[in-house]
Amino acid sequence: MNSFIGFVRKEFYHIFRDRRTMTILFGMPIIQILLFGFAIRNEIDEVKLAILDLSKDTITKEITDKLLSSGYFLGVRQLTAASEIDDAFKQGLIDEAILFEPNFGHQLLKDGSASVQIITDGSNPNVSRIVTGYTSAVLQQYQQELADMQNRKVLIQPEFTMLFNPELKSVYLFVPGLMALILLLVSALMTSITITREKEYGTMEILLVSPLRPYQIILGKVIPYLVLSFINVLTILITAQIVFGVPCKGSIVLLLAESFLYILTALSLGILISTIAASQQVAMMISLAGLLLPTVLLSGFVFPITSMPWPLELISNIIPAKWFLIIVRGLMLKGVGLEIFWKETLILFGMTVLLVVISVKKFKIRLT
Amino acid sequence: MSNAVVVIQNLSKTYGEISALHDINIKVMQGESFGLIGPDGAGKTTLFRILTTLLLPDSGSVAVCGFDVQKDYKAVRASIGYMPERFSLYQDLTVEENLAFFASVFGTTIRANYELIQDIYEQIEPFKNRRAGDLSGGMKQKLALSCALIHKPQVIFLDEPTTGVDAVSRKEFWQMLAKLKQSGITILVSTPYMDEAELCDRVALIQHGRIMDIDRPSAITSTFSGPLFALKSKQMYRLMRCLKAYEHTKSVFAFGDSIHYTDVRAENPIKAIRQHLQRHGFDDLEIEEIRPGIEDTFMALMEHKSESL
Amino acid sequence: MTTTVIDVSELTRKFGDFTAVDRISFQVLKGEIFGFLGANGAGKTTAIRMLIGLLRPTSGKASVSGFDVYTQTEAIKKSIGYMSQKFSLYQDLTVEENIRFYAGIYGLSDENIVEKSADVLERLALHPVRKSLIKELPLGWKQKLAFSIAMIHDPKIVFLDEPTGGVDPITRRQFWDMIYASADNGVTIFVTTHYMDEAEYCNRVSIMVDGRIAAMDSPRELKTAFQVKKMDDVFVKLARPTGAQTA
Repeated sequence: MNSFIGFVRKEFYHIFRDRRTMTILFGMPIIQILLFGFAIRNEIDEVKLAILDLSKDTITKEITDKLLSSGYFLGVRQLTAASEIDDAFKQGLIDEAILFEPNFGHQLLKDGSASVQIITDGSNPNVSRIVTGYTSAVLQQYQQELADMQNRKVLIQPEFTMLFNPELKSVYLFVPGLMALILLLVSALMTSITITREKEYGTMEILLVSPLRPYQIILGKVIPYLVLSFINVLTILITAQIVFGVPCKGSIVLLLAESFLYILTALSLGILISTIAASQQVAMMISLAGLLLPTVLLSGFVFPITSMPWPLELISNIIPAKWFLIIVRGLMLKGVGLEIFWKETLILFGMTVLLVVISVKKFKIRLT
Repeated sequence: MSNAVVVIQNLSKTYGEISALHDINIKVMQGESFGLIGPDGAGKTTLFRILTTLLLPDSGSVAVCGFDVQKDYKAVRASIGYMPERFSLYQDLTVEENLAFFASVFGTTIRANYELIQDIYEQIEPFKNRRAGDLSGGMKQKLALSCALIHKPQVIFLDEPTTGVDAVSRKEFWQMLAKLKQSGITILVSTPYMDEAELCDRVALIQHGRIMDIDRPSAITSTFSGPLFALKSKQMYRLMRCLKAYEHTKSVFAFGDSIHYTDVRAENPIKAIRQHLQRHGFDDLEIEEIRPGIEDTFMALMEHKSESL
Repeated sequence: MTTTVIDVSELTRKFGDFTAVDRISFQVLKGEIFGFLGANGAGKTTAIRMLIGLLRPTSGKASVSGFDVYTQTEAIKKSIGYMSQKFSLYQDLTVEENIRFYAGIYGLSDENIVEKSADVLERLALHPVRKSLIKELPLGWKQKLAFSIAMIHDPKIVFLDEPTGGVDPITRRQFWDMIYASADNGVTIFVTTHYMDEAEYCNRVSIMVDGRIAAMDSPRELKTAFQVKKMDDVFVKLARPTGAQTA
């Protein structure tokens, strides 16, 4: 037992003495999350609104007043033609444009329903989402008041159009993806590199010849990174919560448990890589090309899996991050629990067991 | 009273088509210092890896400290110390941390076995808080040896500890081994430097995976057939060429500041050689009969082997 | 005949506070075999790197084949050959491919390359293995080939950094035969080694200790001056003045 503790202590020395490793380990999660988060701008206190009123009746006037008095919006730019909308967005003059079709008020009173177009800037998905939320709220409130007054049902149908980025991606969606990526990087890449480094330096021969058992060597290598990865999970979650207000709607304990499972998967991948690779360089290449790239591209982090061609969709099933993403999105954003993603958890668990068995088997007690 | 610590019988090992070791038989006694002498690629490292249970033999039996390296590899591992060829310690750990780590790996402490390494470790102790990566070559070697000894092994395997090390550090290293030997530990060491053979109790000369000879250094050199002559002149390169062209030459090799020469003739040829060379204008020729060294014998064996092949 | 091809004066290189090479001065003549000895870490590698144009000196003067080591490093690189024990041939290329590659680097014409390749293969009797990968060859063959390749563009000076480490004793001597033959043709040989018997083969040797040249002369003169029989002992006396007490 003493020899095992000595081993783990030595691993921590390696980590803490290598400034580059330390920077990557602790700097990366924070920098990544800030980069991703701020790339998706989040300031919504000054929404600049433009209105193109082709109807110009009392109802559109009342709605405009309501919007202005809601306090969410700062100034209104009156447009005269639909062609101006695009330019106004591109120049950053407005965050939202509302378009009333001709005869809007007339139609609403006559048919009981009319549609209004709400156009937002999709390159700021977060802003976009929040702004449309505000607008819908105001419209709904007005609709209610009007219905009460008229004593019959009226329906203002908002039609949302997002310019520049029709697919909504927000920082909320990025956090789970980022967790999957960073944990993979720290766990798989770092473990595979540290084991291959011992091979390169010839120290692995000594360790193999020593009374340390193979599983002790593996555990000794893995435990420090397990701890660090776990710290990373906490860093990401706390940063996401404090800076961007990303909530965790589901159980935080369950989230940590699922993260733990995923870290184990990534660690066993790292050990597997180190049994194949003879040098640090090879380990790095396998980790980056064989793990990181597929994870970014095929896990659903960047491109939705549903829109992939079927062969890629098939391949995406063997990527652990895909299952982890489904779990974490469900947990954090939807607030659902194991009853919904027990299947995904089981798959991840199965993968981990399989990988651990293979890598322990492949980890040689001798040289080849 | 002395029993065999290492027993190798009919050991062979091949990598694919290449025969790395061929029918090796070696017995090393307790307390002996045994040298494995041969150039790079002769099979020294392969043999050491088999002895330290890191590789499996294809055929033959190998026992270390009475345990079979295949079946009882755990018992073997617990009783040996090993310093691999490219062993470079943990560069980012300090001297003391390295030593403490290897002690803990073997389930012991520096204090428990300090006695054995004291002589060696004392020399690097003033630098115990320095990172191993910042040590000089000689000091690194001392640390490596300390680490290999820290668990008090019965036998220690040193794979080319002096390769690429300057002549002075090499000398110091061998002095350390001589002292270590007094504590009763069995030492197996490999080296490509022929002159180091004389520092071992017994040596095996190895080339192309085959043992050419195995004995005490003095016994090995006594197998050298025929008298050996050392020749000197100011024009060494020309002398060399002249001797190579000489009809009675058996072998001629440059050897430091002289040329080592053997003759095919049975009777003492000194006179004839001197006359021959004088005719070629070597007026300052010095010639004397000398006792062959390990390197002379090694080369003679190499030539003999390549002739018989 | 006595042309100076390497001229070094007060050459110094510092790394931070540490002076790796400390005001060394020497000349090497055309056709000379110059042994550059010293303990590990004495500054040999740093000195060689400055001479072959890979490292800029901190101060002092040096010229190689008449070219200045500060300003004419490109010209130096063209005029010298270099071979080291560790980095020489590409293990995953064949014998022929290695020859062609290096000949190409030095700008030999296609005809010239064909001619030179045939010449090298014949001289080293490597024709049967010309299509074999380097890693499949015995170390001794590799080192001889590496030397021939270092000489492929007919340099006037060749730097050999521990060319014979770990090589078997017969091949080691064959290697020195090649060195002698080149020197006989007027090529200057600048060589480092840990084999002290090889130091005896040099016309002159310098011994570096802690960044300085502690002694420089022919092996014979050095042995006389230090009153010892072997170069080995000269080396020990210089490198560790107190060496007798340690260990």
